[in-house]
Amino acid sequence: MASSSDSSTPRGEPWVWFTGLGLIIGLGMVIGLLSLVILNGVTVFWAPQVPVAQVDDGRTIIGQLAQRRIRAGSTAENPRYERQYQVGLRELNGNSYLWVDETKIKAEVFPDDVLGLERVEHGPAFVRPQSLRKSDGKVVPITDPAFESALQAEVAAAAAVREKFEEITRHRIGDVNHEMDEARVALRRAEDLKLADEIAVRRRQIDGLEERFVVLKAEAQKIVNGGAVAVLDSKDAAGREVAIPLTQIVRTWFPNRLDTWGRTQLFASRLGEFIFDEPREANTEGGLMPAIFGTLVMTVFMSLLVTPFGVITAIYLREYAQNGPILRVVRISVNNLAGVPSIVFGVFGLGFFVYVLGGSIDQLFFSDQLKYNNNTPVFGTGGLLWCSLTLALMTLPVVIVATEEALAAVPRGMREASLATGASKWQTIRDILLPASAPGILTGVILAMARGAGEVAPLMLVGVVKLAPTLPFDGNAPFLHLDRKFMHLGFHVYDLGFQSPDSDAARPMVFATTLLLIVLIICLNLGAITIRNRLRARFKGASF
Amino acid sequence: MPEIMNPPSSSRIKVRPATEREGRKDYITIKDYGFWYGQKKALDAISLDIPERQVVAFIGPSGCGKSTLLRNLNRMNDLVDGISHEGDITINGRSIYDPGLEVISLRRRVGMVFQKSNPFPKSVFENVVYALRVVGVRDRAVLEEACETSLRKAALWDEVKDRLDDSALGLSGGQMQRLCIARAIANRPEILLMDEPCSALDPIATGKIEELIHELKEQFTIVIVTHSMQQAARVSDRTAFFYLGKQIEYDTTEKIFMNPSQAQTEAYISGRFG
Ligand SMILES: Nc1ncnc2c1ncn2[C@@H]1O[C@H](COP(=O)(O)OP(=O)(O)OP(=O)(O)O)[C@@H](O)[C@H]1O
Ligand SMILES: [Mg+2]
Repeated sequence: MASSSDSSTPRGEPWVWFTGLGLIIGLGMVIGLLSLVILNGVTVFWAPQVPVAQVDDGRTIIGQLAQRRIRAGSTAENPRYERQYQVGLRELNGNSYLWVDETKIKAEVFPDDVLGLERVEHGPAFVRPQSLRKSDGKVVPITDPAFESALQAEVAAAAAVREKFEEITRHRIGDVNHEMDEARVALRRAEDLKLADEIAVRRRQIDGLEERFVVLKAEAQKIVNGGAVAVLDSKDAAGREVAIPLTQIVRTWFPNRLDTWGRTQLFASRLGEFIFDEPREANTEGGLMPAIFGTLVMTVFMSLLVTPFGVITAIYLREYAQNGPILRVVRISVNNLAGVPSIVFGVFGLGFFVYVLGGSIDQLFFSDQLKYNNNTPVFGTGGLLWCSLTLALMTLPVVIVATEEALAAVPRGMREASLATGASKWQTIRDILLPASAPGILTGVILAMARGAGEVAPLMLVGVVKLAPTLPFDGNAPFLHLDRKFMHLGFHVYDLGFQSPDSDAARPMVFATTLLLIVLIICLNLGAITIRNRLRARFKGASF
Repeated sequence: MPEIMNPPSSSRIKVRPATEREGRKDYITIKDYGFWYGQKKALDAISLDIPERQVVAFIGPSGCGKSTLLRNLNRMNDLVDGISHEGDITINGRSIYDPGLEVISLRRRVGMVFQKSNPFPKSVFENVVYALRVVGVRDRAVLEEACETSLRKAALWDEVKDRLDDSALGLSGGQMQRLCIARAIANRPEILLMDEPCSALDPIATGKIEELIHELKEQFTIVIVTHSMQQAARVSDRTAFFYLGKQIEYDTTEKIFMNPSQAQTEAYISGRFG
């Protein structure tokens, strides 16, 4: 007796510790990852103080501290650090970022006239402003107490002009271009088929469009030329004169003057731009609206595709299929499908969905488009629909397995009660089994969504791009353009991290984008979990 | 008579006086019936006739096949894989295995109440009218009417009439069981099968359901499986005693309890085994 209890302690305490250790290690890794992403992602938008630093070699640097690291070659006991400053003014300095040996920095001061600029082109800048040439010709020197408010007003005015310009060039001219493309295809078709009336109509339409285009272009030009442009005259760290037209400036701030409230406002405004604006500067600046939107639409669409497919398959497997070796093989295959690397699904999606399915759709429904538009495919190229379908296929096993389990977990009594009242099998499934297993099915959908939203590799093959000029959703019928290529947060992270020409500028954005992707997935999941809990509450208290 | 018989427990068992029990036509006829779960024979050579509008009790020790026989009357066992049978069961002269007879229409005529109450996770109202919805009744008035009649017959109307739209899962155990009875009789079946309907209930709820059985007998033919000798004696007109898948004795309840012809029956009723 005693010996047997020696070999396995009666209460199995070591195992409690052992399993607990597993949990702690797992939790630790997850928390570590999350805090790394959150810390780095959130601080991107926080504006720190910006020093003016004197370096031994005579240089002066104005820049925001980006990183600090131990120099290669220095010993661990006696570490020497180097700092990376974001100095901006890429067109003058050649590079936005600069590494400096910490021991070489003689002095660091924080004068409150340092001005940070976010610009439409060439990245940010840190300068010491001298004076502002306002659009009405007056000059406001930095010493004037009204300088800051005058600058704000001019920046806002310039932004309004820029917005108007963009509205015309991007949206209204974009619409004209869209119509023009369609008209040209129609004209080519008419010419080919020798439809005299149609040719005349189309010619007239194209002429009309061309007129509109000229008018719009003139309007845009007028905005550019109209009214004098305010200019900010400043000096850079080396004392060189820098004149920046305010139409180039997105945002200004005095990093060494701001109090905490000011910094918070700046933070909020930058975060808002990040979420609601479109990207600039090879995606390293601006916002992520198209990517957020693309990810959302794609994930939701994928869920809408995978749920009915998965549920129907599971119903057949669990309720109708004859138990036997074939069913077992099918089950094993379905489970194995979940283990297939996602890139394989991408290749399949490209080969089957895009080329075969999409190609056939084009042949059948868009043959005119193909023939008269230089063989430009519509559905025969990557797009939102094919991405959603590919991911739906990839996440299908998750939904099937979850649904099968949910169906199996419905108490036998309920099923029998339904059948005993004379309900047919299908009625029992529809009225009793499906409602009762809805929470379990939704759990599967949640898992599928989580997996699908974070997937990148297959999407690169079937329709996600670095920069999509148009959203998959707009005002032109049919509003949701399933054939369009789109941007995706996961791919954006990859693109920023590994494909960006300016890796230093991209680094903070990688974290911010990752954070956004995580938050988005959490939001999607929370939404689904809320629905599931609502459903569960309806079955609460079931005592079977 | 009591002196002659004097089974130890018979003093506790009260048998209802025999009133117009005989002379009705047989309704369910089970003939030389045998049943297998895979290789395992669960029923062997069962032959019994159940007259119209009577209550028949199935008694016997656990595992003797009472539920199996009951569940074959509405072919509920079809859900189990690998079953087979021999002999025949006819209801009103027609075999339940007649290929021309759909299982669904059989089940609509043979209602069933289970040992564990199993209301659907729907409202009380939807639970009761489920059988009507299944056959496509949409008319609200008809549904409401059926709901009220069934709940009244199940002696539940007064307790739930104000909460018809609440979830049925909020009812007490006894109420749930009566709800299941109401659900089973809502589409007016001809036969009602009850598998230990009171096993999870307290004496008061049991009493209510037993009263209910008396009333339902006016319209339905009832087959009830029970482990309680008292209950069998109180509610049934005829009793069948099974043992190890075999039918040992089938007779009027009075005869089975007062003067069983088989020693095994007497032993079981008096509590000497089982
Ligand atoms: N689904 C099944 N598959 C295989 N064997 C079964 C199945 N259901 C019942 N049996 C077997 O058939 C025999 C009769 O079972 P049954 O449920 O009819 O007994 P019972 O008389 O209702 O018992 P109890 O009073 O405990 O409910 C038992 O030996 C049981 O193990
Ligand atoms: Mg039983």
